[in-house]
Amino acid sequence: MLSRLSKHLDQAGILVVLVVLIVFFSLADSNFCRSENLINIVRQISMLGISAVGMTFVILTAGIDLSVGSLMKLINVACALMMVEMGLHPVLAIVLSLVLACFIGMINGLIITMARIPPLITTLGMMIALRGLAYVICDGTPIWGLPEEFRVLGQGYIGIVPVPVIIMLLTFALGWVFLNKTTFGRYIYGIGGNEEATRLSGINVTRMKCLVYILSGLLTGIAAVIMLSRQNSGQPKLADGFELSVITAVVLGGVSIFGGQGRLMGVFLGVLIMGVLSNGLIILDVSEYYQQIIRGMVLLGAVAFDNLSTNTGK
Amino acid sequence: MGCANRLSVNNITKTYPGVRALDDVSIGFRKAEVHALVGENGAGKSTLTKILTGAIEPDSGEIVLGNDVRKSFTPHHALEAQIAAIYQEFNLVPFLTVAENVFLGKEMRSGPFLQSRRMNAETSRLLATLGVELDPATLVMELPVAYQQIVEIVKALANDIRILIMDEPSAALTTREIKLLFRLVKTLKEKGVTIIYVSHKMSEVFELADRITVLRDGKFVSTLDADKTDRSELVRLMVGRELGQVYPPKQIPGEDVLLEVKKLRTPALPHEISFTLRKGEILGLAGLVGAGRTEIVRAIFGADPVESGEILVEGRRIHVTNPGGAAANGIGLVPEDRKRHGILSRMSVRENISFSTLRNLSRFSFINDKEEKKTTASFKEQLNIKVSSLETAVGNLSGGNQQKVVLAKWLATRCRILLLDEPTRGIDVGAKQEIYKIATRLASEGTGIIFISSELPELLGLADRILVIRAREITGSFQKGQATQETLLHLAMGK
Repeated sequence: MLSRLSKHLDQAGILVVLVVLIVFFSLADSNFCRSENLINIVRQISMLGISAVGMTFVILTAGIDLSVGSLMKLINVACALMMVEMGLHPVLAIVLSLVLACFIGMINGLIITMARIPPLITTLGMMIALRGLAYVICDGTPIWGLPEEFRVLGQGYIGIVPVPVIIMLLTFALGWVFLNKTTFGRYIYGIGGNEEATRLSGINVTRMKCLVYILSGLLTGIAAVIMLSRQNSGQPKLADGFELSVITAVVLGGVSIFGGQGRLMGVFLGVLIMGVLSNGLIILDVSEYYQQIIRGMVLLGAVAFDNLSTNTGK
Repeated sequence: MGCANRLSVNNITKTYPGVRALDDVSIGFRKAEVHALVGENGAGKSTLTKILTGAIEPDSGEIVLGNDVRKSFTPHHALEAQIAAIYQEFNLVPFLTVAENVFLGKEMRSGPFLQSRRMNAETSRLLATLGVELDPATLVMELPVAYQQIVEIVKALANDIRILIMDEPSAALTTREIKLLFRLVKTLKEKGVTIIYVSHKMSEVFELADRITVLRDGKFVSTLDADKTDRSELVRLMVGRELGQVYPPKQIPGEDVLLEVKKLRTPALPHEISFTLRKGEILGLAGLVGAGRTEIVRAIFGADPVESGEILVEGRRIHVTNPGGAAANGIGLVPEDRKRHGILSRMSVRENISFSTLRNLSRFSFINDKEEKKTTASFKEQLNIKVSSLETAVGNLSGGNQQKVVLAKWLATRCRILLLDEPTRGIDVGAKQEIYKIATRLASEGTGIIFISSELPELLGLADRILVIRAREITGSFQKGQATQETLLHLAMGK
């Protein structure tokens, strides 16, 4: 049973790391495994998780999207402005924000495929430019006074499950179907595994690459809107380093940075590890500086452990 | 025979999950001989060479070097024993010079400083012993493939090797470069080096080898003196059965023109190219490596941009700007470089075969799993792809089976025009024959096939018509039976 499960995940190592972390924090502090705290953890990681699904698509094509952190800032501020300054209905503001996020993702894709600038550089440029843009449109100050009904998205519950968590789970479910059951998913793995062979098989690689950056933009846009609703104010300062957390979660989840290899289930575990770790360290009252050291070590340790455990299996 | 063996393997067995790669194999290699290893793909040749370099460890058996008997053999032992290997993929750093590559890891230094001049001089000396003129300060990336191979050999020589393993060394070389390679092999032999030469090409084996060892299905079959055997005996030993007629009989193609190329020009093809391909015809393209054959089919397939000219399929002009467009017009390409352009090595046989037809196997982009399995299974059956499961990663298959997977991918699209670029390169005799059969069968069903090959007998046996390409121009056209190897070669080389 476990071996079948691990086969499905492509990596048992990550699962072991997650279980070890949970057991450790539970023993260290009994508050950790209380149900409120566990729900809190999954709510905290929902934005990371949603964006990580898009990043998984991108990295599977052997690309990278560094612009998601700045896009998060921009959409956060832009959506707030649309509601507060322009007085748009929340639904309309959300739709327009997501269109904007898709548009920016498409620009990433077009620059990468048409100007043939490597993804790392394209999205690095986009990251810097979008960060500036986010500060410009709000003059660098927070935007207050969001409509009451907008809060549902980030703060509401269905039963005992927070709305952001439901959106994240839906994103993972749809992402899994997209990757494993549709032609698009097959082509994504193909491009990451061998782009030229994929092109010579008659597949429109340009269109597929644009699509993954659009999806990365869209999903980050959704995460940004949820973030806005949770914070209850548009903040250009938040989400510093968000792109690195997202990439960390995806890599932790066993997705090869060279593309073509990795499963969405692994990424889900990677996201959970990130959440468990930061929550657990806060409960144990570890200082922020030490937290960073530990997070870096866990990333390296988990990936090394995973590599070693899969290599010896062969 | 009185000659002591310099290196021998005794009763070597190596098993992988599900496969016995080597089964109780014993071979002796003598001083100053070229010893060819032949056998079909999967016969165990590469496993044996990897054991000799210490890259993998045998399950049982021993390796004997002079009086030294070893049960375990590591890369370090191989280095000590002065064994080196040259593989098809080179292990050179392209951004370093020839001399820097040769001395990589064992640089000559005075204190912390590199002695470039001394290393260059020593490299020049080694090159001279091989009779090759080459500036040791040239960057490796600027060298043609044959010279990169020479750098590999010199690198081995700098280590004072006694045993050199060469795995398909001529695979990527042009005719002229192969001559240079042969000369090098002979020079090395005169210097007393033992050369273990792995090759699929019979002509090479007979030109170079003193003795030939045949492996089949991981078992030792026989070691023969090269001058006491011939091609047909060797093939019979390799295959384990009589091959029968190599080229299946083929009916004469009809008159209907399937593909017409008119005054085609691309950045890589400065002279206008015009020719036609008829229904049911196998059109051979002969020429040296780099003559422009690959460029022609890539242009037709939309893989490279076209500057001017027309491509007509059944009289209708098509505008193809990418491979997808070509595929939509019923054109398929089996590319020359199978590993880099043909297969998706980490993906399964099923995913590879269905890759170009997914749109037909899906509804609203959702793949119909059942339909996909059924279709791919039928093509696996039809092309006799030897693999236990459709879910095996294609990278684990032998070259011949990989090629059949790439073929199956295009057959699944029901393409009417099939462009085969060196489809038999690096695959074994049995698989080659199967490719010939498939091509002939497809042609009899009305498919038009352009068949590029550097092996002239193949073109002479298979093609209805042969075009000779030299320096990016068509320099000759022959109907079946009109050409000989000599005439083709002369036209191809421009003499």
